[in-house]
Amino acid sequence: MHFLTSDGKLYARRSFYVASKEGTHGRNRVRRRVSRMNITFLLNGETVELADVDPTATLLDWLREDRDLTGTKEGCNEGDCGACTVMVTDERGHKALNSCILFLPQLHGKAVRTVEGASGPNGEAHPVQQAMVDLHGSQCGFCTPGFVMSMVASHANGATDHDTQLAGNLCRCTGYAPIIRAAAAVEEQPVPVWVKDKPVATQASSPMLPGSSDELAKVYAEHPNATLVAGATDVGLWVTKQLRDLDPVIFLNRCEDLKEITVTNHEVRFGAMVDMNRMGETLADLHPSYSEMIRRYASVQVRHAATVGGNIANGSPIGDNPPALIALGATLHLRKGDERRSMPLDEFFIDYGKQDRAPGEFVEAVSFPRQEDRLKAYKLSKRFDQDISAVCGCFNIAVSNGTVADARIAFGGMSGIPKRATNVEAGLIGKPWSLETVRAALPAFADDFTPMSDMRASASYRLETAKAMLERYFLDDHGEITNVLEVKA
Amino acid sequence: MSVTKPLPHDAAPLHVSGTARYVDDIPTPKGTLHLAFGLSPIAKGKITSMDLSAVKAADGVVMVMTADDLPFANDVSPSIHDEPLLSDGTIHYIGQPVFLVIANSHLAARKAARLGQIDYAEETPILTVEEALAADSRFEDGPRIYAKGDADAAIAASAHVIEGGFELGGQEHFYLEGQAALAVPNEGADMLVHSSTQHPTEIQHKVADALGVPMHAIRVETRRMGGGFGGKESQGNALAVSCAVASRATGKACKMRYDRDDDMIITGKRHAFRISYKAGFDENGHIQGVSFLHHAICGWAQDLSLPVADRAMLHSDNAYLLPNARIESHRLKTNTQSATAYRGFGGPQGMVGIERVMDHAAYELGLDPVELRRRNYYEPAHATADQTLEEKPLGHPDPHEDLTSRGAVEMGNAPVRPLPAGGNTTPYGMEVSDFELHGMTAKLLQSSDYAARKAAIQKWNDENSVIKKGIAFSPVKFGISFTLTHLNQAGALVHVYQDGSVHLNHGGTEMGQGLFQKVAQVAASRFGIPLELVKITATDTAKVPNTSATAASSGSDLNGMAVKAACDTIRDRMADYLAERHQADPSTVTFSNGHVSVGEERYTFAEAAALAYQGRISLSATGFYKTPKIEWDRIKGRGRPFFYFAYGASITEVAIDTLTGENRILRTDILHDAGASLNPALDIGQVEGAYVQGAGWLTTEELVWDGKGNLRTHAPSTYKIPACSDRPDVFNVALWSGENREDTIYRSKAVGEPPFMLGISAWLALSNAVAACGDSYPALDAPATAEEVWRGVQRVRGGT
Repeated sequence: MHFLTSDGKLYARRSFYVASKEGTHGRNRVRRRVSRMNITFLLNGETVELADVDPTATLLDWLREDRDLTGTKEGCNEGDCGACTVMVTDERGHKALNSCILFLPQLHGKAVRTVEGASGPNGEAHPVQQAMVDLHGSQCGFCTPGFVMSMVASHANGATDHDTQLAGNLCRCTGYAPIIRAAAAVEEQPVPVWVKDKPVATQASSPMLPGSSDELAKVYAEHPNATLVAGATDVGLWVTKQLRDLDPVIFLNRCEDLKEITVTNHEVRFGAMVDMNRMGETLADLHPSYSEMIRRYASVQVRHAATVGGNIANGSPIGDNPPALIALGATLHLRKGDERRSMPLDEFFIDYGKQDRAPGEFVEAVSFPRQEDRLKAYKLSKRFDQDISAVCGCFNIAVSNGTVADARIAFGGMSGIPKRATNVEAGLIGKPWSLETVRAALPAFADDFTPMSDMRASASYRLETAKAMLERYFLDDHGEITNVLEVKA
Repeated sequence: MSVTKPLPHDAAPLHVSGTARYVDDIPTPKGTLHLAFGLSPIAKGKITSMDLSAVKAADGVVMVMTADDLPFANDVSPSIHDEPLLSDGTIHYIGQPVFLVIANSHLAARKAARLGQIDYAEETPILTVEEALAADSRFEDGPRIYAKGDADAAIAASAHVIEGGFELGGQEHFYLEGQAALAVPNEGADMLVHSSTQHPTEIQHKVADALGVPMHAIRVETRRMGGGFGGKESQGNALAVSCAVASRATGKACKMRYDRDDDMIITGKRHAFRISYKAGFDENGHIQGVSFLHHAICGWAQDLSLPVADRAMLHSDNAYLLPNARIESHRLKTNTQSATAYRGFGGPQGMVGIERVMDHAAYELGLDPVELRRRNYYEPAHATADQTLEEKPLGHPDPHEDLTSRGAVEMGNAPVRPLPAGGNTTPYGMEVSDFELHGMTAKLLQSSDYAARKAAIQKWNDENSVIKKGIAFSPVKFGISFTLTHLNQAGALVHVYQDGSVHLNHGGTEMGQGLFQKVAQVAASRFGIPLELVKITATDTAKVPNTSATAASSGSDLNGMAVKAACDTIRDRMADYLAERHQADPSTVTFSNGHVSVGEERYTFAEAAALAYQGRISLSATGFYKTPKIEWDRIKGRGRPFFYFAYGASITEVAIDTLTGENRILRTDILHDAGASLNPALDIGQVEGAYVQGAGWLTTEELVWDGKGNLRTHAPSTYKIPACSDRPDVFNVALWSGENREDTIYRSKAVGEPPFMLGISAWLALSNAVAACGDSYPALDAPATAEEVWRGVQRVRGGT
């Protein structure tokens, strides 16, 4: 063993590379970019105006590194653990969001509340904070600020479906029971005035932050190579995990006209920027099984950010929304400049990673015809909540006088793209609606799909459970208990 | 008294307001630099060339280090020095650190770390049990074997023989706070290291070796961890050493924290096991003999694998008196992350083995699984004469060895007494004299309404074809003490200030378990003062030296006793002084309700402290504790490795979807033995959390490596710990009311690890539900993911 004699000598025999450019690098914010912009928002009740921000700086990094607000934690940096949860308030209300995959420009005009702002101006504990202390809801405490902010948001919204509200917050210590006790204990308590944030009035601050689909169409045509950011639940990971430098970036969050939901007697239409929570609420009466599937689509935080259009446009083979929409016969509406076109949604997905979308073209909306609800959406994943599907099977089978009149069946997780089971459909249509017909159609799954094995499921399990889902649909349709989530002790 | 009160966690108000400070939250000195590792993309081979010019030229990079640049020890192993901080040219797994980037931001370091141009001569990695056995790739020269009686003969002579085997997966710790360290250079060669570690002394030792300085030059401070679970017993070494070395090289404070994916790719996890078994039972379900074969997948470096695998062997009996037993354990070396400590430390794996045997036997014999278990329990607790142990003569230890690590080699074989005469002994010859499970089982069966629910489940299963239900009971008997006997010691430092406030320090670390609060409750009780007068301070190697890891559930047992000793020293001094002033007998001086009473006089504690100060009485003391009665020879597998056992019992009811294997826990009832609980609220918190974590291990938490040795489940998007709705719908947790029969701190029992194994009942309940689908034993592997449950259903239905 060597003992130190002199600090200098210790390293004299080593030659290190020492950079001469120390000090001004590393932080992307000093680099010039096309899409740098000025933004304004409220932070814990106080106005923040930021000039020339890096468009892909995350709220989490900014809070911790620039504002020394270290109460908000980084647990996974990909929106899966909820330790970084903050409450964001906009015109549509209070939302829990993951600050690790929330870019600063997405906050323009909104109000942000962090755990430091959960307590009152004189240090008064928010009811959920007090309940978490009194009912032993924290152990190591690292997930706690995220839980507190999810609970502050759900409390402000009067939500009492705590398991769903907190599905996006992981805790490794408590087993969740005391946290749920705390959430339930404050249901009746009034919302403290200090968390009743209001969004701020703001002006357009950059062409890269367009205020309407027309402005978007114009700027995107000028920058057809730009990355469009809708909710950043996917693009966020390009930045935080793949460490990609994105430039230029166009943010869609100010395009109010893309957030419209239209329900007529003939059609249901969702603008591209409708978030998944709003979509789920709209579908609750129209197609309850679809709505329930959306309840298990990621987490509250992710669903507040994730959009209908983004989920389609990124072409993921395991996105849960496209198979359900395809089963409903959805039409996709695209726009480029002033040109618009529409196509059956299933035709948009050409191959893995390849969609029928031209440079400068963006998803404007998706629509499907009003119809009798015959849709069942079955999501199969390793964990019920906040997990990516191994298989997502969506079945829309119309039966008339005991005969299958029509069948639209689509799957995620079974192929490189969301894909219809056309051979299975053909095996059903025109046949009597019976278990025999169902069983006779099962071999056709192997004609439609050659799934792969990965960390979520094996190929054989995928194929066999896809078949089992068709059986489930039939049994469901005949009143059998088939949903393990509905069983009690 | 403060002890026994269900007080909240001391830091709870800080947790909920975001003001509890973790390593990454500590304000850093100006110019602090940030580190990241460049990782190996191959699992086995040699580095043939390394071009780091692009790394060095990247934005924000200050310095890049390889193994050649390390000034002293290139070693972060907690055991046999087989774990270089940076690759010495040989690659052992995908994710092995190869070079170290020092940059002016966390992001810049991460970005640059991906720019290394390194060529490798790849070799075929050893990834599986079969591959390791074929290559004889193992730690230690051969298997360890512990035996009692003649298992093979007893099995051969039995009326019923069952035989089987299963895979038992590992587990990612998924502490919410990833690994982190911050080194701040002090004057001269001194260094302050903040580390998210369960073992500050280990960090101190490794950093001192890496800098070539005595341990006294390094001070390690740990205020709290955002979860540990064993994952921060040795896995923080690499970060702390990197920070210290980089800090010495640059003169700047250096911080390192792993991104979550890096954390999961670099660090070790729970050991995966393959367990094969053969057991013989008589007509009445009494076990005659059992033989286990353990294959533990240890990964690339030894780390703590030997004591982990030992503890698996030591829990292969669980709650059952095995007349004849043989346990053979192979510790396989593979090109994967080096498996490490994880809550239970091998105990859970050993316990799952015997619980599987009991489950399988009950199925084959057609006996109620609870009844079969009870018939095989150890004898109930009874008083035994305590024997005093003589101190063992020691050889000359090497002071530079990592003696405070569980991976340390014991000096010579400990002499142990022959087997006790009584028959109530474990396979390693320890008499079980505190067995609580007869009474606990009876109470739990009644409180959970087991019999009626079992019948109702039978009825449900008869009436429903798609959803099947299952129910199962499992007991826990878990040995408390470090099996490396010398680690069972602890120190404390207590100051009483003249205003009557108390500063408390001890060697244990806080990772969420509430250790600090429990120990503060002990101190408040000893002085008879309100808890608010006791300040709990960060663990600090400069205050209490030579600490053991906060591990093996030992935190409050060891540190509580050490704090008690320190408090009592000060209390006795104060009593002596006040008694002298008042011409009273010191034994009549009392400390309670915030007051000190001497004869007719009654002082506030603050007044008493001020008086003692003016009387020139020392109000500062250290305390020390070592666990009595223990002795262990790990080579022979003989002795008394444990001071006592902690017990628990659980009953879980599940439902499975036979179409897809999806499954849920519907109800769980638990009765757990925490002795005379120091804080029932914190203890119940440990039990609830441990159960869910244990059930997660055996259900949804699946680690998947591909054929090249790539860990494919390296983020929460792919590795699924239980979420909120995965906890049992109905979750009844109660503590068994009883005192520890051994003289522990206020007769409490350790509670960190034992309840983890209550989760085994969830796995067995799934087996029970799958069994309802056909007419053969389900033979589930673990974790029983939806896919594994579905495969079980196919098997019992006669499919593949």
